[in-house]
Amino acid sequence: MTKTKLLEDVTVNLLRTASTSLPDDVLAALRKAEAEETSEIARTQLRTILSNVDVADRHSVPMCQDTGLPLFFVTGRCIPRLEEAIRRGVSRATAEIPLRPNVVNPLTRANPGDNLGKGMPHIHFHPTEADYTEITAMPKGAGSENMSFIAMLTPSQGRNGVKAAILKAVVSAGGYPCPPTIVGVGIGGTADEAMLIAKHSLLRRLDLPNPEPDLNALEIELTEALNATGIGPMGLGGRTTVLGVRIEEASTHVASLPVAVCLQCWAARKASARVYKDGRVEYSREGFA
Amino acid sequence: MHMRALDYGREGRRLPVDLKGGAVFHCGPIVRKMDDGGWKVVAAGPTTSSRMNSMEPEFIERFGVRAIIGKGGMSKSTVDAMAKHGCVYLAITGGAAVLAAEGIAEVKGVEWLDLGMPEALWIFLARGFGPLTVAIAAHGNSLYDAVDAEVTKNVAEVKKRLGLP
Repeated sequence: MTKTKLLEDVTVNLLRTASTSLPDDVLAALRKAEAEETSEIARTQLRTILSNVDVADRHSVPMCQDTGLPLFFVTGRCIPRLEEAIRRGVSRATAEIPLRPNVVNPLTRANPGDNLGKGMPHIHFHPTEADYTEITAMPKGAGSENMSFIAMLTPSQGRNGVKAAILKAVVSAGGYPCPPTIVGVGIGGTADEAMLIAKHSLLRRLDLPNPEPDLNALEIELTEALNATGIGPMGLGGRTTVLGVRIEEASTHVASLPVAVCLQCWAARKASARVYKDGRVEYSREGFA
Repeated sequence: MHMRALDYGREGRRLPVDLKGGAVFHCGPIVRKMDDGGWKVVAAGPTTSSRMNSMEPEFIERFGVRAIIGKGGMSKSTVDAMAKHGCVYLAITGGAAVLAAEGIAEVKGVEWLDLGMPEALWIFLARGFGPLTVAIAAHGNSLYDAVDAEVTKNVAEVKKRLGLP
């Protein structure tokens, strides 16, 4: 089998796994939320979510009809014709799984039907010295993505300004991003870097603390605060508005303090694969970290 | 679907299906074409209803629907139109697409497929469809307003807790 065909198959497998099943840490968080809810409406939402996820997994069908945009994070060794392989995989996955044809031209809204377009699939590549190529698919729906938020703070607004911005983003999103959400936060960098790392932060599993103690404390503080708002599952009120907060930092300009928030809906779909030179492939839903 | 339906209405053209007394489900479904030419719903969770805010009041008035099913609620002008014309808003759990599909017994037909699968006018026969929560009652009571009021109170407390002004 050629490398390109292998990568195409890996792409289809990743999209199928991601779309039809949830990572263990997300499932555990949803179950915990259901056990802790006191309102009948809130419990119904979470029970319905868990039941839906279970049926979707058993029948290998997409858990949510918005199968999202084909977003990929790739690290490690550069492989020739990787983008071509991923594009073929996305097109096949659309027909086979099936995925909903979501990719359209932004102004004409023309829909080619295969989830391919300008800049789609979106592939972010970060080269490293690893002897494998790690590909993560994160098919992300529009409900959550449309609630993306960025604030270009002044440095003097500082830590409190950052907290206020995150609070504002989650409160104004309300029930629209299908809470309980995972709150991805990017602090620093440039405007686009902040948004990128906010999305990238969603790759770290919910039961893995932030490796930096200061940021970890901030994640915990914000999780408690955001849950105290009472927005609840589906914005219908309740104790769990967020399953967790994930923060990534990037060094920034002396005169800047960008803060970006990327919300992930409860259907936090992702799947990763490591492809080695000899053609061996390892898969993980929860991530290799 | 909404935009074209309103165009039809304004031009005096009949819709392909009579919506009077019926329900509109805000949904961009995944539907598979079967070998016999029929359709099977694979996944059909709700889409964000607020996207239809600008069109819904006129839609309710023109076509006489009695229930709108979706997620996230709708604007005050839509809520007012609901109270005026006797229409409820039923919230179905966002993303529970497989369970929702199980409650769709039959795809009776589809119109306007040129708009693309998510935007076409799908005609569903529902049986055991849900779970549905009456989030906006026909006389204007809104669960979303109630939650908003609670949240506003809570946010004041939360800000203190975070050390914010």
